[in-house]
Amino acid sequence: MRSPLGRALGLGSAKDGVEQWWLERVTAIALVPLTLWFVASLVVHMNSDYATAIAWLQTPRATTLMVLLLTALFWHTALGLQVVIEDYVHSGLKFPLLIAMRFGCFVLAVAGILAVLRICFRG
Amino acid sequence: MASSTPKRTLPLSPNIQIYRPQLTSVLSIANRITGVVLSIYAVTLVAWLISAAAGPQAYSTVHGFIRSSFGQILLFGCTYSFFLHLCGGIRHLAWDAGYGFELRTIYASGWAVLAMSAALTLITWAASIGSAR
Repeated sequence: MRSPLGRALGLGSAKDGVEQWWLERVTAIALVPLTLWFVASLVVHMNSDYATAIAWLQTPRATTLMVLLLTALFWHTALGLQVVIEDYVHSGLKFPLLIAMRFGCFVLAVAGILAVLRICFRG
Repeated sequence: MASSTPKRTLPLSPNIQIYRPQLTSVLSIANRITGVVLSIYAVTLVAWLISAAAGPQAYSTVHGFIRSSFGQILLFGCTYSFFLHLCGGIRHLAWDAGYGFELRTIYASGWAVLAMSAALTLITWAASIGSAR
């Protein structure tokens, strides 16, 4: 995705800055309803026992929304932390830090989604 | 004369430590700080889910920590960080759409972010304590 001006002038650096900027906003918009649903659910289920919490996580709606939440959350986290690292880390540490952060977000998203699916399919 | 003058390193702009903190600048950096803080809490969210998948024993260990007073303080910080980042983020989305750039509006929306995030945090905790009874 390019800005119309950038496309017209044929200029730009990496050519994908606009897409990153957009994705940070799109994931932010997705996270508004998803996080509010999650906070509201925690208010209801925070004080319940293990069996009740599992029964809630096993409902199709909770499973679906949790997978969507984890996807949008760690995508948004990776984009946000990337900007923070690029703004404040100017040493040779910047590149390995960016890679490690990306890996970390990906691992956490996969681990979280697999945990939700394990709960879902346990029956 | 010129040779006796010690060589000084000139200050580089911006020197943020010489500026008086303003609502606009404080909220700007607060949105970044809460973003970083929330990404640390996101690790806890995954740990909570993994413990729930592992079984009742692992879950009760994690849940016990969350229910402890230290866990509750951390969770309160998480709630406030979340609502501050959420309200600040919505303010940013309005700016991205091209609205609210007048100085008066910027200050009004800034105070609204502070008021809303505090109110939503308190409402959430009041509801949580209420549901526990």
